[in-house]
Amino acid sequence: MKIHLRYFASVREAIGSGQETVQTQAAQVGQLRLELMKISPQHAEALALHKAVRAALNQVACTEDTALSDGDEVAFFPPVTGG
Amino acid sequence: MVSLSVSIQTEDFDIGQEHQALRAQDERVGAVCSFLGTVRSQSDGQAVSAMALEHYPGMTEKAIMAMLNQAQDKFDIHAARVIHRIGDLMPGDQIVWVGVTSAHRGQSFQACEFLIDYLKTQAPFWKKEQTPNGARWVDARVSDDDALARWGIELPRQAG
Repeated sequence: MKIHLRYFASVREAIGSGQETVQTQAAQVGQLRLELMKISPQHAEALALHKAVRAALNQVACTEDTALSDGDEVAFFPPVTGG
Repeated sequence: MVSLSVSIQTEDFDIGQEHQALRAQDERVGAVCSFLGTVRSQSDGQAVSAMALEHYPGMTEKAIMAMLNQAQDKFDIHAARVIHRIGDLMPGDQIVWVGVTSAHRGQSFQACEFLIDYLKTQAPFWKKEQTPNGARWVDARVSDDDALARWGIELPRQAG
């Protein structure tokens, strides 16, 4: 299935792009993260498991256990620092 | 009826006008509380000459409307509004404003603090500071998570 990806802040800078679309069989957000880490050394660094990376599914905060569907928008980003 | 609104904008705002507008034509209101956040010229011991604010268009508005709806459920308030600026800011600039009205002060004080605590940890904004040693992303503070926990809200468990 097709997943639209969005990256923000330090994750976006490390990957070198703010968005991309991938074909995946990953069932959950955590599995998708592991798959993305294989795309390039930059992806592996940006999404490394020792880093605090947050995720959102279709613009709502989610967890690594959240299930994926075809056409979903998934975002990865560092902990937020607004306000 | 409770009036809830959010504005994400690059432009500055006038807090006097915002205060007036928030309680206009609502004579039930006996209290207005607000919080204003501004850009500091020092951060973690370093001089800050400028700041850039990035956000996630779409999710930002959804996350803030969700927290406004929670504030409406938790507190007896008449109106609440959040303004957050994005883009390039300078020390002294206004970043964020939260305003709440209620019949008596207690509910608007509490709702205002709840809203800014929630925004700090849940709304997708990221600050990047310009310092003499170059640009750096601001780190999230554990104390902000603790502040939200006081309201009985658990953060979603995330990888990492």
